[in-house]
Amino acid sequence: MLRFIKHNLTGIDGVAIYPIISLLIFVLFFALMLVYVLRLRKKEIDEISAIPLDIEQKEITDLQINNRH
Amino acid sequence: MEVQKFSYDNKIVKNFAYATIIWGITGMVVGLIAALQLAFPEFFNDYLGFSFLSFGRIRPLHTNAVIFAFVGNGIFMGVYYSLQRLLKTRMWSDKLSTINFWGWQFIILCAVATLPFGITSGKEYAELEWWIDILIAILWVVFGWNMFATILVRRVKHLYVAIWFYIATFVTVAILHIFNSFELPISFLKSYSWYAGVQDALVQWWYGHNAVAFFLTTPYLGLMYYFVPKAANRPVYSYRLSIIHFWALIFIYIWAGPHHLLYSALPDWAQSLGVVFSVMLIAPSWGGMLNGLLTLRGAWDRVRDDVMLKFMVVALTCYGMATFEGPLLSLKNVNVISHFTDWTIAHVHIGGLGWNGMMTFGLLYWLFPRLFRTQLYSRKMANQHFWIATLGILLYAVPMYYAGFMQGLMWQEFNADGTLKYQDFLETVQMIRPFYILRSIGGLLYIIGAVMMFYNLVKTAKSGSLLANEDAEATIEVEQHKKSSKEHWHRGIESRPVQMMLLAIVVVAIGGLVQIIPTMIVKSNIPTISAVKPYTPLELQGRDLYIREGCYNCHSQLIRPLRFETARFGEYSKAGEFVYDHPFQWGSKRTGPDLAREGGNIKIKKSNFWHYQHMIRPKDVSKGSIMPAYTWLKENDLDISNTEAKINAMRTLGVPYKKGYEKTATNDLMLQANEIAADIIKNQPAELLKNINVEEETKKLEKKEIVALIAYLQRLGKDAMTTSTSPK
Repeated sequence: MLRFIKHNLTGIDGVAIYPIISLLIFVLFFALMLVYVLRLRKKEIDEISAIPLDIEQKEITDLQINNRH
Repeated sequence: MEVQKFSYDNKIVKNFAYATIIWGITGMVVGLIAALQLAFPEFFNDYLGFSFLSFGRIRPLHTNAVIFAFVGNGIFMGVYYSLQRLLKTRMWSDKLSTINFWGWQFIILCAVATLPFGITSGKEYAELEWWIDILIAILWVVFGWNMFATILVRRVKHLYVAIWFYIATFVTVAILHIFNSFELPISFLKSYSWYAGVQDALVQWWYGHNAVAFFLTTPYLGLMYYFVPKAANRPVYSYRLSIIHFWALIFIYIWAGPHHLLYSALPDWAQSLGVVFSVMLIAPSWGGMLNGLLTLRGAWDRVRDDVMLKFMVVALTCYGMATFEGPLLSLKNVNVISHFTDWTIAHVHIGGLGWNGMMTFGLLYWLFPRLFRTQLYSRKMANQHFWIATLGILLYAVPMYYAGFMQGLMWQEFNADGTLKYQDFLETVQMIRPFYILRSIGGLLYIIGAVMMFYNLVKTAKSGSLLANEDAEATIEVEQHKKSSKEHWHRGIESRPVQMMLLAIVVVAIGGLVQIIPTMIVKSNIPTISAVKPYTPLELQGRDLYIREGCYNCHSQLIRPLRFETARFGEYSKAGEFVYDHPFQWGSKRTGPDLAREGGNIKIKKSNFWHYQHMIRPKDVSKGSIMPAYTWLKENDLDISNTEAKINAMRTLGVPYKKGYEKTATNDLMLQANEIAADIIKNQPAELLKNINVEEETKKLEKKEIVALIAYLQRLGKDAMTTSTSPK
């Protein structure tokens, strides 16, 4: 199955760029994730994280306040 | 704003819950039988020496039952309950839910009806034959379809993190299962893996490792993110952490597969990648565990009273232990000791019994009173179950850790004169036998606990009545899908399941592609050895018997390039030796010695007659052996009707049998069988020879399965040992 594309890949010039690309993908992935997580708004987080509890918005706020104490 | 009324489907949850318990107990009992076989082999040989009960066939049944039947049904149970509530929507199609349920049970029955009878593809944790693989793929799509359709018609805007885990589980398991199951069927009951040798090993452990990740871990983490906050009645400790947990986990996990193949014939760069990513994996794993445990911050008083939380806490602790140990075991210096020993068995049981088992029990105790609108029948009994199960885990794991560590070190020990201290492999097996007894007791305790739970839950169900359709209502905002300008870019992904799924596919695909494609296509990764030739037809048939009997469950065929290994078994294994092995049979555990050089290393090679006797009465030939007796191999005639089909199939897969060879293959097979049978008969003790007609006996024996298996064993390692190996 893979023999059909074998030749195309082995024939690539400068295949050494691959590890560098891999590293970049890796670093970028975590950088983006971090940016995203840090930029999340508190209110929104509280709202989403209360979804399993199946309660109304006001109670969420109360619960958050209680938990923080 | 609009209030909509609807109902949740609890019946499907109840069905999966019962299936979880019943298959769970079944799978555990099969595990106990397997454990007892190692502890008391004489008893099983003398009184229960049935082929369908032999260790090599029972052990795959145990692993498949526990992973796919127990945990599988547990996943569906938890997902079907939590998904509806997280989305404030009934499952999209009750019909698909029902198909999902009965289809999955049918697949499990197919496994029960095939594995004990030696119908297996011979790849660990993926033993089921090709048509069952197809059924699994179809059923998995049914599940995914139902889940996705439900997500698309949901009444809430955001997808809670648990659902991300479910989505990742769905897509990744689908990818893993499909790619690992490429097989060429030669009949309804037999197929060959598309890949060979090193490539097969890499694909298999990419699958095997990630089956742990995406079948035993991610769905249960999703359940944890729903049920722990629910039971503690407080939101998850840090939602930010759960996002990091999710993306980091699915991104890193997929790379770590090669840590199962350290010091093997797999290319070094792939092994190193596996190690690096395994070590990194500890960060998201522990992040997730701490996130779960810290959710209980300030609610620890509740843990004292709520049995479900107790199970959850032990489950999370075991998850932490197992995910700390995983990276540890993937370090080469630790792996040298642990690999092929019972240490691995201890490790997986911390995960299986501790993480999956205890989490499942917790969910069941939580769900039953709610599904049946009643109180738990006996809280006292549930508490007893908790303690028995915890004790059972300890009694299982501690002896196995000790046994594994001890045996691993014994294998390495040298005398001052440079010879192996424990030259006789069986000596090290004998030393750990008491631990096999102890772990059986641990397993038994764990099963007793599960049976108590079953009783408790049935009583609970009887005291109430099933609320098959639970009424619910949701307030929906009409403009809910409209994107506000202030919204964060990630919202686009987070609230759109299809994009989420695509991104998850990309993230998990990267690791797999980077490792697998180069191993498949770059020639220098698998240096060819000119002396390595395809198997003869008889050896090929013998190899299929080796697979049928599940020999790989106890015997490896891979000698690591380490002094203590080569001193014991001979020249270490090279990638080029396995190019005709569809599927590879490296194994992952040495309950018995390695067989890679069984026929090639003059120091360990035995006669045909020795093998013949050894197969029928192992302990008479090897004192202290715990191997089952394979008496049926000398009774059953070898089925040679499929020889032609097998040769043709192998040629399709790239094994260089000459065109037209399939026509003469059966003839060759019979000639070789006659030679081996004659040799066996000739070497019988003189007093036996006196009373038999040698020619007649040879004619009888040459047709038997045992001759083919001996032919295969005598071939192992022969090619690479006869000529010097040089990369071409």
